[in-house]
Amino acid sequence: MKDNNNTVISVRNLTKMFGSFSAVDHISFDVGRGEIFGFLGANGAGKTTAMRMLCGLSYPTSGDGFVAGCDINTQAEKIKRRIGYMSQKFSLYGNLTVMENLRLFATVYGMSDKEIKEASTHIFRNLEMVNMRDTLVKEIPVGWRQKIAFATATIHRPEVVFLDEPTGGVDPITRRKFWELIYKASSEGMTVFVTTHYLDEAEYCSRISIMVDGCIKVLDTPHELKKKYNAATMDEVFRIVAKDAKRGE
Amino acid sequence: MRKAIEISGLSKSYGKLLALDNISLSLDKGELFGLIGPDGAGKSSLYRILATLSRPDKGSACVCGLDTVIDYGRIRTKIGYMPERFSLYQDLTVSENLQFFASLFRVSVYDNYDLIAPIFGQLERFPNRKAGALSGGMKQKLALSCALIHRPEILLLDEPTTGVDAVSRSEFWEILSCLKQQGITILVSTSYMDEATQCERVAMMDKGRILKTGTPQNLVAGLGENLYNATASDMFRLLSELRRLPEVVDCYTFGATLHVVGADGFDPKKTSGMLKSAGLSAVSIYPAEGNIEDLFIKLTLNERQ
Amino acid sequence: MKCSELSPKMPREENNMAMIHSLIKKETLHILRDKRTMLITLLMPLVLLLLFGFAISTEVNDVRIVVVVENHTDRTRQIIEKLKVNEYFAFQGLTSTGEVESLLRAGKTDAALFLRDNNGMLKSQILVDASNTTSAQAITGYIEAVLHNGSATSQVLTYTLYNPQMKSAYNFVPGIMGMIFILICAIMTSVSIVREKETGTMDLLLVSPIKPLSIILGKLVPYFLLSCIILAIMLLIAYTLLGLPFSAAVVNVIVISLIYIILSLSIGLLISTIVSTQLTALIVSAVAFMLPVIMLSGMIFPVDNMPVALQCISCIIPARWYIEAMRKLMIQQLDIRFVIQEIAILLSMTIVLLTLSVKKFGSVK
Repeated sequence: MKDNNNTVISVRNLTKMFGSFSAVDHISFDVGRGEIFGFLGANGAGKTTAMRMLCGLSYPTSGDGFVAGCDINTQAEKIKRRIGYMSQKFSLYGNLTVMENLRLFATVYGMSDKEIKEASTHIFRNLEMVNMRDTLVKEIPVGWRQKIAFATATIHRPEVVFLDEPTGGVDPITRRKFWELIYKASSEGMTVFVTTHYLDEAEYCSRISIMVDGCIKVLDTPHELKKKYNAATMDEVFRIVAKDAKRGE
Repeated sequence: MRKAIEISGLSKSYGKLLALDNISLSLDKGELFGLIGPDGAGKSSLYRILATLSRPDKGSACVCGLDTVIDYGRIRTKIGYMPERFSLYQDLTVSENLQFFASLFRVSVYDNYDLIAPIFGQLERFPNRKAGALSGGMKQKLALSCALIHRPEILLLDEPTTGVDAVSRSEFWEILSCLKQQGITILVSTSYMDEATQCERVAMMDKGRILKTGTPQNLVAGLGENLYNATASDMFRLLSELRRLPEVVDCYTFGATLHVVGADGFDPKKTSGMLKSAGLSAVSIYPAEGNIEDLFIKLTLNERQ
Repeated sequence: MKCSELSPKMPREENNMAMIHSLIKKETLHILRDKRTMLITLLMPLVLLLLFGFAISTEVNDVRIVVVVENHTDRTRQIIEKLKVNEYFAFQGLTSTGEVESLLRAGKTDAALFLRDNNGMLKSQILVDASNTTSAQAITGYIEAVLHNGSATSQVLTYTLYNPQMKSAYNFVPGIMGMIFILICAIMTSVSIVREKETGTMDLLLVSPIKPLSIILGKLVPYFLLSCIILAIMLLIAYTLLGLPFSAAVVNVIVISLIYIILSLSIGLLISTIVSTQLTALIVSAVAFMLPVIMLSGMIFPVDNMPVALQCISCIIPARWYIEAMRKLMIQQLDIRFVIQEIAILLSMTIVLLTLSVKKFGSVK
């Protein structure tokens, strides 16, 4: 699995126990290069726990997994360098300028001054925000901040970027612009692993998994899922699948 | 009939930031009213004024016919307020939290137990669990029970469904419509636009202003004019091609399809033909029904340009 | 989902006391449930007292001393005998004037005493290694005490009047008390209030019919009680383990301590009205109140030795007056009328701070 060039994330029987409670219960799936993989689930279904293991932040109790060619059981530190991570809760330092934020994260990932300069020039041109280079992040409108956060998380061109509810509370226009960035990154070969509570966003994903009580209950393209459950929208699909969840409440 | 909430010409700024800009709004008694808008629209600032926690710079707000600045003491017994975050004592147990909030309002837990029973019922099983150990949905139910314990006339709920999954969210809306039947006026805010349909009337907010007020049906009426769905095998390319066309006013993703706002002369057939000849396959353009998100995008379109 | 009929019940009219009571109960639960903090709070006074009382002592033991005698007389022999038997000194022997400097320089001795009997008049000179000024002062004091023992030289007697054996075990008690109460009252109160601001529960309290003054009382009373327990622990240790002489003055000590506790609580309250995060509350309490208490209150450095400007600043530090009062009452065993000034200052500070913070707390933004 590790040698397969087109599989970026591969997980087999991944399990995480907290005492006798299995937060994540034998999940298995593969994510291909350039895919936008929607990782959905009810509150408390185990999404966050699973994502932490994939990002090398915690070790599984049992099971195997490879992320960007690294073993999650043995190469956690190596994984962290090869992935990008963005969450709604923490993304940027408000009292640093845009450029200072970019430089900070780029340096963390070991980029040279020259690489940082090239990458940032590219980003500013791409996002049409050259004039915001030296503006403090907290003075920038939410919509722009969102884009900068994404640019920061992907400045080191990771093979896969993990987005944890990246669009919570954001207005519809910003939300859409953000997804256009995701599309672009994916079309350039970056794998996107994303969680969200907005089920219309789930429609934009190449494939969707829905977690219920620690297990992956369904995994398919949005189109196939809607067909299977005879539903018009992903929202309906989610309701049908997550309805029987015992946990979380 | 006296209005439950009457707001006129309300403005509030925090330093340079204008959080509320000349807001006027009125709620009838027993209404389930939604305040829809993204983060930073000023919803929480409005709630703080209605909950008598802050004073407006300009204008006035009346809750139950009482002025929020002058009669704040009397208002406080008449409202139940649930702030944006789950504001409970995490280190106290479920029953300790409930009893504490009951004693604040000088009622016993049993006085209005009938009101909270449908909500609190699921929590009764573990009265001695610490609030911090509850799941998100359960915390929310406990917080709502605490806000209702003194049987308020008006319920102020600030983003109760943020970060809550779709199933728990729809459960929460069921609870609200049940409370509405009890005659409680509810002002609820949300950043999920699709929740607007759950309210009787909504006000759409952005950047401290109210963009539009009305019933969800009235708001979206007429929105379907010149609004089309568009799909193709390569959606991302379709989006950029459509945006380039002069007869397309706006184009954005919308679930599985794209929404296209056409100019007056927009002809779906002609456009899909053009797109096909540009190399796109499986192109399909057909009329769409607009919803609240389309409206929000439309209302803020001028500002963006 | 069942919907039951509307049957409004009016809130029962009760007095405010019941509400305050439930606030206090809630706060007490917070304190009791946070086991780690509570353990630290109760252990810290104990550890500090024992640490300062026994481990970190300013008294100097086993002072190595050499003596240079020009001509031996009964008097000089007597002094040397005294040095030999005194437990504070390690008598190293007699030496010559020329040797003394090299001994001191090499660090082989701590002090040298020159004795010359001039027709019955004893002339003496003391040479001390003053690389550590505090111990040099102490050594000088010890030697002088030995020299003048028996003969009435008031200067030396005053030095040791309130601490005859030059024991420092309980000298630090007033200073530590001054510090502990600021720490517990100011820091813990402000942090606990600001925590409620951060989590949003303070908003819920404020929108309930309960009066701001009741919220304040509900916060202060539990911490006041906690401080009383700590006061009891500290006094117990001071009067037993540290050997502080017990007298009826303990009542005065308690009364003034209670005033000081309320004062510290008001400081905590004031901090909580200014800052908005727990971290800032902690930093403000520590930097703006703890440090001055340690540096300027006379706990470690005597106020009289400070530059005038710092002496002026120390006047507005409550701990300075408290510690001074405690010194007079506990160490010097003075009557209460000697601390009237301190009590008056502490009381007026309490009233001003309490009024200010209560006013600020209740104001709507």
